[in-house]
Amino acid sequence: MALKGLDIFKLTPKKNCKECGSPTCMAFAMKVASGAVPIEKCPHMSADALASLSEATAPLMKSITVGAGATEHKLGGETVLFRHEKTLVNRNLYAVTLCSCMSADEIDAKIEEVKKVDYERIGEREYVEFLYLNYAGNGADAYVALVNKAMAAERALVLNCADADVAKAALDVCKAAKPILNGASKDNLDAMNAAATAAGVTLGVTGADISEIYDNIKALEGKGNKNLIIDCTGADAKQTFANAVMVRRGNLKDQDRSLGYPSIVNLAKIAEGDLHMQTALAAAFTLRYGSIIVMEKMTYAEALALYGLRQNIFTDPQKPMKVEPGIYALNGADENSVCSLTVDFALTYFLVSGEYERSKCPVNLLITDASGMSVLTAWAAGKFSAGTIKKFFDENDIENKIKSRTLIIPGKVAVMKGEIEAKLPGWNVVVGPMEAVQLVKFIKDYTA
Amino acid sequence: MAFTPKKQAFNARINAVTLGTGDKSIVIGGENVLPFYTFDAPIENKPKIAIEISDKGLAGIVSPGLLEFYAGCETVVDMARKAETMEGASAICLHFESADPNGDNTSVEDCVALAKAVADAITMPILVMGCKNIEKDAELFSGISEALQGKNILVLSSREENYKTVGASAGLAYNQKVGAESAVDINLAKQLNVLLSQLGVPAQSVCMNVGSSAAGYGFEYLSSTLDRVKAAALAQSDAQLQMPIVTPISPETWGVKESMSPEEESPEWGPLDERGIEMEVCTASACLVGGSDMVIMKHPAAVATIAKFIDSLM
Repeated sequence: MALKGLDIFKLTPKKNCKECGSPTCMAFAMKVASGAVPIEKCPHMSADALASLSEATAPLMKSITVGAGATEHKLGGETVLFRHEKTLVNRNLYAVTLCSCMSADEIDAKIEEVKKVDYERIGEREYVEFLYLNYAGNGADAYVALVNKAMAAERALVLNCADADVAKAALDVCKAAKPILNGASKDNLDAMNAAATAAGVTLGVTGADISEIYDNIKALEGKGNKNLIIDCTGADAKQTFANAVMVRRGNLKDQDRSLGYPSIVNLAKIAEGDLHMQTALAAAFTLRYGSIIVMEKMTYAEALALYGLRQNIFTDPQKPMKVEPGIYALNGADENSVCSLTVDFALTYFLVSGEYERSKCPVNLLITDASGMSVLTAWAAGKFSAGTIKKFFDENDIENKIKSRTLIIPGKVAVMKGEIEAKLPGWNVVVGPMEAVQLVKFIKDYTA
Repeated sequence: MAFTPKKQAFNARINAVTLGTGDKSIVIGGENVLPFYTFDAPIENKPKIAIEISDKGLAGIVSPGLLEFYAGCETVVDMARKAETMEGASAICLHFESADPNGDNTSVEDCVALAKAVADAITMPILVMGCKNIEKDAELFSGISEALQGKNILVLSSREENYKTVGASAGLAYNQKVGAESAVDINLAKQLNVLLSQLGVPAQSVCMNVGSSAAGYGFEYLSSTLDRVKAAALAQSDAQLQMPIVTPISPETWGVKESMSPEEESPEWGPLDERGIEMEVCTASACLVGGSDMVIMKHPAAVATIAKFIDSLM
């Protein structure tokens, strides 16, 4: 933020009226400076003060909403360059290409293929959010036909079409779905701007290099269009990476608001035909500032790796990832299989369940609600105690659901053995290993 | 109004560390910009790839691509020779999995003999990875460092619990390069570097392994540690964090469900080899962009892709 709390304080009425919800004008000014509350919360600001402040205190990077209804997505709105500085806000999204040069059957087949990858990972739906529709210069009819097919696929759309007339025809049929119109460059700037603003959709802008991209954004902003997304795709991977970094850094570090828009990186263009290379680049742009990453395909093999990475990178460092508490039957476990208890911290769950799966021994993994903390942290904070375990057993009716009376507890909380036995009479409490890696040997020995 | 991007080259640099000897020796580190930020300043030494080979040879390997690549290899030495021909390879990483006292418990003598045989057969720099058992690794590294004197190898790794033994033998007595391994925490990483330097191991002989994990498995901790270590080393000129980073990829990525679950169990996931490759590629790329100066990988298709990826960004 360019403005300090004191600068803002000078413009407040200094009455400490508390109407903004803060105890004093000074406290309010500090919150505004940190971006925690908008300046408009103060009812006593003069119009002049508001105008001069709202520009300066507006977020550096705009948050853009595209799509409509079930396909609505938010992009941008980032405040930091690295996740450890605060948190990253909106995860990057994936698009898969379709082309007006494809036959109707090819288009249908590819849309079916895209739809196949759709699953849940720790409470998040993982799928391809966008279809990226390339215009091959073969006439508005072919393109509109493609758009119509894509509309039925329940995905948000990016129209990659630099021909403003064709784009207009396409927008006529799909503007209610709020697609992105990509393809504005210095040759077609006015026509594309007119098409996008008339339809009320986000416009994607590009250029031969970073300075041309910048000039084009300035020109569009000059015409009053601030509903933009920057296509950072250059001639090759190196230029694309440089564009993406320079745009985001110029925005968030050097505070240039004209670079404060989300980005598109088209890997289908810079690594055409090389799926492994597209995975490598997609991972790189997940970390370094790609908002919409365009791929030729999204196979399960790519998705499992890339969506896992994305979910990790876009977790809030202040909020741990959690899994749902409950009974997880592993390796075909039934009511007679042994129970193993641990916490709901996602990393713990993944490590423990992964090791048990590797052991191939049937186990009922019991995940208790420990506010997403790891075993020792939860134990120290009183979130993983004999009392919480008893409560978990009662709430989930474990006594009746499971006939086995063997309960393995993490080695790190061996001290709880006695207390648990007291709270859960009839259960044979077994102290497991200290580390998840030792589980395979442990459970094999135990069940042998 | 033309746009002139501000450059962000730093006054501080990552240490340049040489591994191996002769024509095939390599230098990792040396850059004064964030990873692949060549638009800020040129990066002299591109990141490198070391090929992981288990001392168990081909036993236990299910990946069809790996089996095909090493077809005809009868010994670990044969595999090492073959690995040198892998497209994108710069070094060979011998992983002494079987030394684990809770596993095969191969003796230190046998491990040293194998390391020696491999070193005699190949010309690329050698990395040695232990079995994660602290006492055994300390003995193993001392033995191998002594036997391979003059080869300028990198031992992975000394940890807080055994840095004295490993640092004194590999780093001081036998002049090898020492890996300093910590668990995804910038403070622990720095502390271990300080301890090694107090022991007398020169900073130029140390590489860091700041932790490893597969994409999707707590990778955010590794990613943020890499980001923070690079920021401290470059922006704040913290000399105790300027060691180049070496990150094992394949030992992590081939052990997760996505790379191990047979196709019959989840047919929609597709062929196992392809999942393993994508997992290795994705994780390696994310580590390199975060700040690894060298990654340890094993599948030829993944190695070729990452080599191409590095070249395309340099």
